[in-house]
Amino acid sequence: MPASPPPAASRAAASAPLHLAVALDGAGRHPAAWREPGARPGELLTARYWADAVAEAEAGLLDFVSFDDALTLQSSSPDGPDGRTDQVRGRLDAVLTAARVAPLTRHIGLVPTVTATHTEPFHISKAIATLDHVSRGRAGLDVRVSQTAHELRHFGRRAAALPEDEAYEEAADHVEVVRRLWDSWDDDAEIRDVATGRFVDRDKLHHIDFEGRHFSVRGPSITPRPPQGQPLVTAAAATRAAYGLIARSADAGYVPAHDTDAVRAAVAEIRRARETAGPAAEPLHLFGDLTVFLDEDAPAAHARRERLDALAGTPYGDGEAVFTGTPAQLADLLQDWRTAGLTGFRLRPGGISHDLPAITRALVPELQRRGAFRRAYEADTLRALLGLARPAGRYAAQPAA
Amino acid sequence: MSTKPLKQIHLAAHFPGVNNTTVWSDPAAGSHIDFDSFVHFARTAERARFDFLFLAEGLRLREQGGRIYDLDVVGRPDTFTVLAALAAVTERLGLTGTINSTFNEPYEVARQFASLDHLSAGRAAWNVVTSWDAFTGENFRRGGFLPREERYSRAKEFLAAATGLFDSWDGTEIVADPVSGTFLRDARAGAFTHCGPHFDIEGHFNVPRSPQGRPVVFQAGDSDEGREFAAARADAIFGRYGTLDEGRAFYADVKRRLPRYGRTPDQLKILPAATFVLGDTDAEAHETAHEVRRLQVSGQTAIRYLEHVWNRDLSAYDPDGPLPETDPEPGENTIALGRASVRQFRDPRETARQWRELARAKNLSIRELVIATTARQTFVGSAATVARAIDDLVQADAADGFILVPHITPGGLDVFADTVVPLLQERGVFRTEYEGTTLRDHLGLSVPAPAPSGL
Repeated sequence: MPASPPPAASRAAASAPLHLAVALDGAGRHPAAWREPGARPGELLTARYWADAVAEAEAGLLDFVSFDDALTLQSSSPDGPDGRTDQVRGRLDAVLTAARVAPLTRHIGLVPTVTATHTEPFHISKAIATLDHVSRGRAGLDVRVSQTAHELRHFGRRAAALPEDEAYEEAADHVEVVRRLWDSWDDDAEIRDVATGRFVDRDKLHHIDFEGRHFSVRGPSITPRPPQGQPLVTAAAATRAAYGLIARSADAGYVPAHDTDAVRAAVAEIRRARETAGPAAEPLHLFGDLTVFLDEDAPAAHARRERLDALAGTPYGDGEAVFTGTPAQLADLLQDWRTAGLTGFRLRPGGISHDLPAITRALVPELQRRGAFRRAYEADTLRALLGLARPAGRYAAQPAA
Repeated sequence: MSTKPLKQIHLAAHFPGVNNTTVWSDPAAGSHIDFDSFVHFARTAERARFDFLFLAEGLRLREQGGRIYDLDVVGRPDTFTVLAALAAVTERLGLTGTINSTFNEPYEVARQFASLDHLSAGRAAWNVVTSWDAFTGENFRRGGFLPREERYSRAKEFLAAATGLFDSWDGTEIVADPVSGTFLRDARAGAFTHCGPHFDIEGHFNVPRSPQGRPVVFQAGDSDEGREFAAARADAIFGRYGTLDEGRAFYADVKRRLPRYGRTPDQLKILPAATFVLGDTDAEAHETAHEVRRLQVSGQTAIRYLEHVWNRDLSAYDPDGPLPETDPEPGENTIALGRASVRQFRDPRETARQWRELARAKNLSIRELVIATTARQTFVGSAATVARAIDDLVQADAADGFILVPHITPGGLDVFADTVVPLLQERGVFRTEYEGTTLRDHLGLSVPAPAPSGL
């Protein structure tokens, strides 16, 4: 299927298959989700908890799971720790969590969050390439930008955070380095030519020589080209400053799905930016991003959300895109928003113990009945699931650096 | 004879990679990248009840004469990512990875190791190394490179900072009581401050205390400073001396340093890297060993190795002919980049003189000389001979055990597991079942108490 339907696509698009991902974080998106029955709050730092959640998502044939992460303690405040003791605090590295579940799964994509602001692109490139090797072509990453002063003090390298636009430019450079390193080995660089004693053909290994405002990287990678060639790069359109990053660098962007007009406007703006600044010829998925509370009847879903709000002490959803209702109502909404130019959705379970199975066991069958979602995994790699071709290496057939 | 009780041997397996130990041309050699190779290797090690699997790290492809070195295995996966994936296909095996302290930041590395320890239920270990060179630094945006003399000061401070982070949770904070709504007992969980010449950081660490308290720490350097660093900070040393005399001297020297840090000898395990070649008989094993040496040191490999000492292009020389009569290029080695082994030739002129003398005396060609001077086959013989040799070295305090590096990836460990391990078990010096679940359990190391003020 085309990854970028024309903006005018209407009823046909509404019934075309859509892509579905879930975002996993702690016990769920709602801060009181850990208090739900079945939430297993004492197991959030165990492999079994994550393996079970990803197995559930895979049983629902979802395209991928993303793993939220940050290089700081969770907080309800953007300015630093909030001192609260009534919410989940502490989490594991997302790349390692994804790697830990990779051998236990076979089809589902694994997309950990990576904070570009504070990490080395060389390390990230080989880590995600390796995730792609251990998952046999199912790796991606969700690029996160950090501008908070308290997170910066965990590294102590800079006196102050970069201005927003510059922070996103830096992240785009980070992705550019990561992508060049993935391409720095041609697919057929390993030759094992016993006759000449050469293990690799060094004409097929390439220095990338990236020189940017914030860093320079020589290359090549130490890890051979990943199975997908280019694992999936994703980023959230959390602010307008992120549109440029998505346009220039991503295979998939997450657009907050508040209402149809807002989605349509964001989609149009990101696609325009792709035309001017980005790799216009490359397909770009845009996924609606929203938190969901799902129950068999709408009043039950609202009641559950209100119960969680009461436990948390504050209503959930300030600034967030949230859906509360039945799987059938959500299916209607997703198909409607699909016409606004989205190619899929990343759903954030309000509570993983309840809303993840609601997605996989109620929403997915509903969409299947409507012919809007797959009935079996049709491909082995994440790119292929998303209808994206495996790109040729950019340096292949060029003389070695 | 002494009535000292038998020491229990520790065994580990190093996944062979980027060096000429690996005989990639052997038809039995498999991939060093495919995850299946790591799974096979790890499961063999676990089946044999080894303490841990060891994975090295690479941060820049080696270059020689201005071009990427292509004669050995080239390329490897990311250390952390492979170890995390291996945690899914093993249950007890320790998972040890080399991570550099120069091209990383403490917050990130501490959270990766703490995460690995959680995800493996207490099997993570960190081999701290201290590369500092500008060649490697060209792949990194920050940190760049260090003056050589600062590498240990950064490593020490890095480890101290990471320890502070590991200890910022004492392990009792998480209550997770849904009824009362108390998730954390104490809002100060994870608070840390570290201020020093290399790192000035503070805030909250976001990985709660891991099953082993802290991952096990390995150290691999051999300099006086490295030994002192290990005595002060490490749980185990990845050593390089696999012979009786050198091993005993090193062992005694390092263990002697422990009391000044308030530590006892059993708190630091000394585990040299070791290769092995097995045969049905000792004679057959020696014959195989000779063939392996020829495969490890081709004519081209011998010339390239000689260039490390001479520090210039020697490609015009015949590997089956005599050594160059000229002296090595003086000054910093510029021909071979990204190689730790180059640094062992502290006086290349003197090395060259000794090698010429040896070659003349024994009538050795370049290739024969390199084979003779780089012999790294620690254990050669029948399974019985090798089991006895390992046991003898451990009982003689030349080591606490060995980190075995087979020359075939990934199947080279199988024969050791099938033949030598049962003999060690019969001798009563190696476990027949894992007694504990964590790597600290296997190594007989206690879980450290958190010491938030111990920076």
